[in-house]
Amino acid sequence: MVLSPQTMAAVRQSGAIPGAEYLLSAEGVRKAFPGVVALDDVQFKLKRGTVHALMGENGAGKSTLMKILAGIYQPDAGEIRMKNQAIRLASPLDALENGIAMIHQELNLMPFMTVAENIWIRREPKNRLGFVDHGAMNRQTADLFRRLNIGLDPESLVGELSVANRQMVEIAKAVSYESDVLIMDEPTSALTETEVEHLFTIIRDLRSQGIGIVYITHKMNELFEIADEFSVFRDGKYIGTHASTDVTRDDIIRMMVGREITQMFPKEEVPIGDVLLKVENLTLDGVFRDVSFEVRSGEILGLAGLVGSGRSNVAETIFGVTPATSGTISIDGRRVDISSPTEAIRNRMAFLTEDRKDTGCFLPLDILENMQLAVLQDRYTRAGFVQEGKLARDCREMSAKLRVKTPNLYERIENLSGGNQQKVLIGRWLLTNPRILILDEPTRGIDVGAKAEIHRFVTELARQGVAVVMISSEMPEVLGMSDRVMVMHEGRVTGFLDRAEATQVRVMELAAQ
Amino acid sequence: MSSDIANPTNTTAGSVAAGAGTTRPEAIRRRRMPPEFNIFLVLIGIALIYELLGWTMIGQSFLGNQQRLTIMILQVSVIGIIAVGVTQVIITGGIDLSSGSVVGLTAMIAASFAQASTWSRALYPALTDLPAIGLAAGIVNGVLIAYTRIPPFIATLGMMVSARGLSKWYTKGQPVSGLTEQFNFIGSGIWPVIVFLAVAVIFHVALRYTRYGKFTYAIGANMQAARVSGINVERHLVKVYAIAGLLAGLAGIVTAARAQTAQAGMGISYELDAIAAAVIGGTSLTGGVGRITGTVIGTIILGIMTSGFTFLRVDAYYQEIVKGVIIVAAVVADVYRQKKRAKR
Repeated sequence: MVLSPQTMAAVRQSGAIPGAEYLLSAEGVRKAFPGVVALDDVQFKLKRGTVHALMGENGAGKSTLMKILAGIYQPDAGEIRMKNQAIRLASPLDALENGIAMIHQELNLMPFMTVAENIWIRREPKNRLGFVDHGAMNRQTADLFRRLNIGLDPESLVGELSVANRQMVEIAKAVSYESDVLIMDEPTSALTETEVEHLFTIIRDLRSQGIGIVYITHKMNELFEIADEFSVFRDGKYIGTHASTDVTRDDIIRMMVGREITQMFPKEEVPIGDVLLKVENLTLDGVFRDVSFEVRSGEILGLAGLVGSGRSNVAETIFGVTPATSGTISIDGRRVDISSPTEAIRNRMAFLTEDRKDTGCFLPLDILENMQLAVLQDRYTRAGFVQEGKLARDCREMSAKLRVKTPNLYERIENLSGGNQQKVLIGRWLLTNPRILILDEPTRGIDVGAKAEIHRFVTELARQGVAVVMISSEMPEVLGMSDRVMVMHEGRVTGFLDRAEATQVRVMELAAQ
Repeated sequence: MSSDIANPTNTTAGSVAAGAGTTRPEAIRRRRMPPEFNIFLVLIGIALIYELLGWTMIGQSFLGNQQRLTIMILQVSVIGIIAVGVTQVIITGGIDLSSGSVVGLTAMIAASFAQASTWSRALYPALTDLPAIGLAAGIVNGVLIAYTRIPPFIATLGMMVSARGLSKWYTKGQPVSGLTEQFNFIGSGIWPVIVFLAVAVIFHVALRYTRYGKFTYAIGANMQAARVSGINVERHLVKVYAIAGLLAGLAGIVTAARAQTAQAGMGISYELDAIAAAVIGGTSLTGGVGRITGTVIGTIILGIMTSGFTFLRVDAYYQEIVKGVIIVAAVVADVYRQKKRAKR
């Protein structure tokens, strides 16, 4: 039986709920996106008055599960029960009415409205004439803040608050719904230590009131400090649930990475030459600091780390998208000043960006145009005119070599599959004839066949003497392809591992300190 | 335009796909019409409707009258010259609201130097026959947009207001007349149409076959990807706005030469007609899509609408109402096309 949110709200208010063992439970949850199964037959059970952490690598399915519980995604299969009643969450509003509130990682507040207005939006207290009663609203907010021990002025503008204080407003807002379940997505990622302590005090207080808290984190020590239980996910599958007092850090890491590497990677030994790219003490203020490494010709350097560790930022800085605040970059032992991508390309670097849609494809343009745009700066033009014939011939050759599946090169790139789009973008960079190739998540969201092909091209390029830096969240890909692995954590390099010593556990230990 | 179909790439790339084990015959068979084809049909349709109404309502042929068509084209040539520049701006994802005012300002200043009695023949032709003032205004627009990152709408709105003010201040509102024969020449006879078509051809070629054109589309399609691809986005945007200003200036000179006088109020709301011509011609306000051929057809549609209503002796008020509806309909059609594409 599926009850409507309104009925559930009424039932909750009457307090006539039979004492169910679990506050919130989900079973057999499945969610597929085009090309990838994000969750496969997953279960999750949250007890009343506990903090339950969700653990897993990037892409393990934690966020997807959470978004299903918050009504943002609709599951393809599975059942969600709130206090033993089956519920359907068709929208975030449904979730709220069922007593589930989520605090998003990216804060969803309106900067030009006051704290109180943000908290009570859509539920503003009204006076007799139907206008918003600001006095009552500010009083309610002050009461709420007193309860949570938050020292903010209800009438201050959200835009003028620090990130930590905005986080507090988000939490107060979620609590104001009198929810039974609070979902927190990495709530400490922007907080200082004292702020984290304050947050934990609030969480413990809420827990003692019987509220169930779902807590997503990458930080192992937080798990032991605040969580009562935790569930581990891996590659969209549920691995297990344990009490956090029963396990050690190593146990958890093993659960997170304990997969067999089944995919075959065509790692071949290719001769490794001289140092091509050398980065010393590279720093981008507030993002990463003191990053130093070198890559040799023919070498593939894997760059591992959790999302937000600064991997992609390092790549963007080396390529001149966000020039460094300090540190040096040398190519062939010669210092270079790379202040823009134009400069990087001139130094024969190429950079396949992480987000195909946002920073890669020119969606309204065709394959040919997409392929040629990085190379027109100084080649294939005569007196400003593009040498169409020659360029089309080379593009055609490249797309045949990369096996782009398309009837012709005049097809719009948005009509291609993800894997073929990626091949076109790789083709764009190969046409520039690079010596240093930076790949950011080169196989994200593409099918297995295209993935294997891309791995083969990368290996082939290494054989030709290209120095490759490959960022990837996929552990098997990093371990399978790289000659060396550099691991980052919170904007710093935490270690290098040679191919022989790089295991999933070692990488994870360095990535989640 | 027909090269899409005629190009032998179809077969070669098709066989590559076949070699990779996935033939998609249905995709190969799908022939692409040039995107202007639909809008061209609309133009023909409108003309035929007028022809029909002409015979039934007033017993005259609409298309049969050569002189009327010539006047119609002459009337929209100035809008067309502006629209060629505005189209390029819109392809980059921007907008230019200043072109009407730049028409007025350039007309005033150029005309004042072209007065038969003037002392400033030394400056000929830079300020008289060359639209240097328009170019300057365009560069200011471009620098503001590219380097301060203010929205194009605001930057060109500011230019629109200031340039209009400047042209009024320049002669304290007095018209400029008594222009030289040389100056008036460019506005005489069929010359405005020739200028329009020459400008259209030049920039059609520039957009389709030069690096300038490729970069213009790339910036509108995805500015961040353009930057990562090594394109100097800022410098290129300045170029595009400078060209739009130059063409607005050229339109100003043609306007003054045609009228053989210049007034501070010249070109009011021309920017809107130019934007309308581009949008009717299939240029997408989201950027990355648009062609000069479409804009030329869009310009002629605007002209034929007005000309047809006058021919049918329809009240000017109705003309404006219908013009507004057509502009909105063109954008609705564009949005609908994009939605359909996104679904595939």
